[in-house]
Amino acid sequence: MKYLYVGVTEEVDRDAARRVAARVETAFGGPVRELELGSVEFAFDPARGQYASIAILEMALRRCPEDARKLLAVTGRDLYIPVLTFVFGQAQLGGRAGVVSVARLAQEFYGLAPDREILLERADKEALHETGHMFGLVHCAERRCAMSLATNVRQIDFKDNAFCPQCAARLRKQIGDQV
Amino acid sequence: MKTHWQILVVDDEEVMCESLAAWLREDGYIVDTAASGREAIEKARQRDYAIYFVDLKMPGGMDGIETMMQIRKLHAEASIIIITAYATVDTAITAMKEGAQEYIVKPCNPEEISLLVSRIIKVKNLQRENTILRKKLTRQYSVHDVISKNARMHEILGLAKEVASLPSTVLIQGESGTGKELIARAIHNAGERASKPFVAVSCAALAETLLESELFGHEKGAFTGATAQKRGKFELADGGTIFLDEIGDISPKLQVDLLRVLQDRTFYRVGGTEEVRVDARVVAATHVNLQQAVAEGRFRDDLYYRLNVIEIRLPPLRERREDIPLLAGHFLERIARELGRDVSEISEPALGVLMDYNWPGNVRELENAVERAVVTCRGHELTGEHFGFLASATPSGKTWAVPTGATLQDMEKVLIATTLERAKGNIKESAAILGIDRSTLYEKIKKYGIPR
Repeated sequence: MKYLYVGVTEEVDRDAARRVAARVETAFGGPVRELELGSVEFAFDPARGQYASIAILEMALRRCPEDARKLLAVTGRDLYIPVLTFVFGQAQLGGRAGVVSVARLAQEFYGLAPDREILLERADKEALHETGHMFGLVHCAERRCAMSLATNVRQIDFKDNAFCPQCAARLRKQIGDQV
Repeated sequence: MKTHWQILVVDDEEVMCESLAAWLREDGYIVDTAASGREAIEKARQRDYAIYFVDLKMPGGMDGIETMMQIRKLHAEASIIIITAYATVDTAITAMKEGAQEYIVKPCNPEEISLLVSRIIKVKNLQRENTILRKKLTRQYSVHDVISKNARMHEILGLAKEVASLPSTVLIQGESGTGKELIARAIHNAGERASKPFVAVSCAALAETLLESELFGHEKGAFTGATAQKRGKFELADGGTIFLDEIGDISPKLQVDLLRVLQDRTFYRVGGTEEVRVDARVVAATHVNLQQAVAEGRFRDDLYYRLNVIEIRLPPLRERREDIPLLAGHFLERIARELGRDVSEISEPALGVLMDYNWPGNVRELENAVERAVVTCRGHELTGEHFGFLASATPSGKTWAVPTGATLQDMEKVLIATTLERAKGNIKESAAILGIDRSTLYEKIKKYGIPR
């Protein structure tokens, strides 16, 4: 039996991680297990004041249990890739590892009053998005679809917490092929 | 579809290269990477990428600007985006001067790259669509694509190519269905006006007043219903070619107006007082014998001589029977593909039927006959049976009782009326059976006052 894993880093909000695990379980139709990943300080880049998502992805791959189909790491740290100022998350397209950051999903990041429900809703959507990439889905032109590209939180808020019918059909096929 | 487009990311820093490539792959693009300018040139030689992301500073004697210039030599239309971590005004100016489409400073906002790529791809999609449509249009009407091994047709095609770049008026004469418009388009596409409009007008299809407004346009308020100024076909064809089909059917008044355009290249819009000047090459066509029409006083001789600067007479299909198998094969291949039918052969007996038939409707009738046969065919081969309708469409001399004392016009009127009745008034079907085009049929219905 293969499981989907949600990897929880040391600093991340546990409620958010649990909520992500529950959403991934319903969306991808399989039992989800949690895995403690510990600290991600090794990925810190002092020059940028951010965390290298590639380093975290590599760690997730190393820590991927034998019985894992996929492992989605959830972190509270702000992620980047060298060419971009930040990323909400990153995943191996059609691969086993992905990472999602909740740092920029919080209202307070933008100087607004905290709103837990908004944060959790955004985390759900981004978790669907990165896990979708791990199942081989690419960005969708349908702006309401969880697989559409979001480069700011307004776009995340505009998305549904679900896949569009076309992506859902592609996902069913991918899940079927990968079982 | 994004997946058609391929992107090359060029950067000596592997992590930079791979992270941008991975990010673009998530967007659905096929992305290759190159670790140096030389590797990028090698890859560009093998494949035409839609977009190149090229790092400005690269070691090994070939920096981003040099790499870009080499790529440009291979693919002039390539979209190249220069990326740099060390932005200066000088490098930005140099990059743009050497043809970079964009210049971005890393790290950049994800939204910036996403918008940039989608904007470039949108333009590429439009350019590609435009290229495909242009190719489709010119291929269909190119001189090289006219199918014939008939010596007379080859002379005509040679003449068409020779006169393509001249401004002179061309008069194409030939029976209905011989391909007069095809030759007109081929002349247009072979000449210097090919990139400009080709505007076709069927002079037989419209009443005199409508045709006048259609050709020359009208001013607002020129007549009831003229709610706005409208440009006519001559203006629309400015710089290109205007094809006047069935020129033999135009009224005496329009003959005068047309003569004026041919002489002075100027005209007035209907209801207008301002002279309009155009540069449109005129190619006219007719299925009637214009020389005879001139002799009978139905067509102005001065207009005839203006039109008849270069004359092309297209032979009827019955005078180039050697082309029938070639044309039938060509139509079969095209129609089967368009209709999605797996029919690829014409049997010998079927070819025999086609060779024996007289083809009064010429090439157009042959095309219609092949389409009808393909539609009814259940196998892979067209047999004589599939062309059985040709025998019933042309009664043989043995069963055809010729009424004495009837004029040719009487016979034509009866034939058209009977065909229309059998086709239940369907103009398209009747025209196909009669082997004439729809505008000619409308004109004859009008001429003979046949009720529909």
